[in-house]
Amino acid sequence: MHADLVILNWHLFASGAWMTLQLTFLALAIGFSIALPAGLARARRVRVVSPLINGYVYLFRGTPLLVQTFLIYFGLAQFEWIRGSWAWTFLRDPWWCALIAFSLNSGAYGTEIIRGAIVTTGKGELEAAWALGLSRRQVDWLVLMPSALRRSLPQYGNEAVFMLQGSVVASVITLQDILGAGRTLNARYYLAYEGFLAAAILYMAITFLLVLAFRGLEGRYLRHLRPRGVR
Amino acid sequence: MTRTLRAAIAAVALAASGPALALNICVEGAYPPFSETAVDGSIVGFDVDIANALCAEIGEECALVKVDWDGIIPALLEKKCDAIVASMSITAERMAVIDFTKKYYQSPPMMIAAADSGLVATPEGMAGKVIGVQRGTTHNAYLDKYYGASEIRLYASQDEANLDLAAGRVDAVMADSVALSLGFLKTDRGAGFVALEGDFYEPEIHGAGVGIGIRKEDTDLRDRLSAAIDAIRANGTYKEIESQYFDFDIYGGEN
Repeated sequence: MHADLVILNWHLFASGAWMTLQLTFLALAIGFSIALPAGLARARRVRVVSPLINGYVYLFRGTPLLVQTFLIYFGLAQFEWIRGSWAWTFLRDPWWCALIAFSLNSGAYGTEIIRGAIVTTGKGELEAAWALGLSRRQVDWLVLMPSALRRSLPQYGNEAVFMLQGSVVASVITLQDILGAGRTLNARYYLAYEGFLAAAILYMAITFLLVLAFRGLEGRYLRHLRPRGVR
Repeated sequence: MTRTLRAAIAAVALAASGPALALNICVEGAYPPFSETAVDGSIVGFDVDIANALCAEIGEECALVKVDWDGIIPALLEKKCDAIVASMSITAERMAVIDFTKKYYQSPPMMIAAADSGLVATPEGMAGKVIGVQRGTTHNAYLDKYYGASEIRLYASQDEANLDLAAGRVDAVMADSVALSLGFLKTDRGAGFVALEGDFYEPEIHGAGVGIGIRKEDTDLRDRLSAAIDAIRANGTYKEIESQYFDFDIYGGEN
């Protein structure tokens, strides 16, 4: 066990952690902004749009994130016309390829989470809103969406943790994330597991903070769903 | 009763001691023409042929174990295999962890780039450029030492680095000259790419040729394999294998 080598190369892991956090949070944010309208359209079964979204969700939930990332990074690079187009300024860079893959993936899972939360909204909640004489738009934005988003919090917390763990895929397309830092350490000193162990501890620490943050959000926004008398 | 039990335990222990006869050889399978994975999944190349010839010479049965470059020294240390035949240079850094046989070939390092790039392969000429290299190789160590002003991008295999050079994601790639010229420049994908001028060989970093990696305690196996290298060079087997891959002498001088 060479804990000293990990500490000596702390900067490797620090920049790796920054890379992992960047990719995870940006992908979650972009994914959420895809999921919000897409989930609503799916729940409403909007004509033409809904089947398209369905296809997108099926495609990205039906294939592993690693394969998606490989296809975007190595796959698209095989086409001369893509390399000659404006898109290449982004696709040339492994960071953008990872962000695109991760965002689309997280968006697909998010879409299903939001859709599920919307369709399971209590009928009584909506009837009460209609009875108050609110317009359809008011019901949507004052009652339905706030309620659905609150109830999607636990599942979205799960998705955030999955995205964090999934972001290790970045290291296979040359990005130096936490796992990349661990691999570099292993390769530099011919170690078998010290780099992986340090990476595991870092991922665990970030997961812990994520779980804590979502628990805080749930405590605040799901208070009304707690059983009565339980504090 | 006790006797049958004891016999049963002995039988289980014997079965668990496993395939003691076969020698497991770690190979990489992603470093053409030395080691590449064929269409049918088998591993072929110069390294593989040399490994088989040496096994025949020392009269051992050998099994090939495919391991990623990243994990190849750990695999040896954890006894997943008994020898590494994967174009691994003999360096002082690695000697601190494992032992090597005598060299079985030696070729200089090389940097390649697009023919129309106009790049100069000096550290100044490559400042601000992106250079791709396989993680944990002697070339990785060399770039880390001298090319601090360039962006060094690390790949798990040489194949991936070559793919990204062809795609234009990296400006240049550094690796062994033979692996680059035969594994890339002379293939269809390598059209339009050339070797850059320059002498990158530094004995302290690149080591004294390529040897077979052995665990430190296996001195007997090391000596038998070193003797076998001399033997196949003497009896013409080495020349025969060499001529299938290269039209030049890849062994270099004795050192």
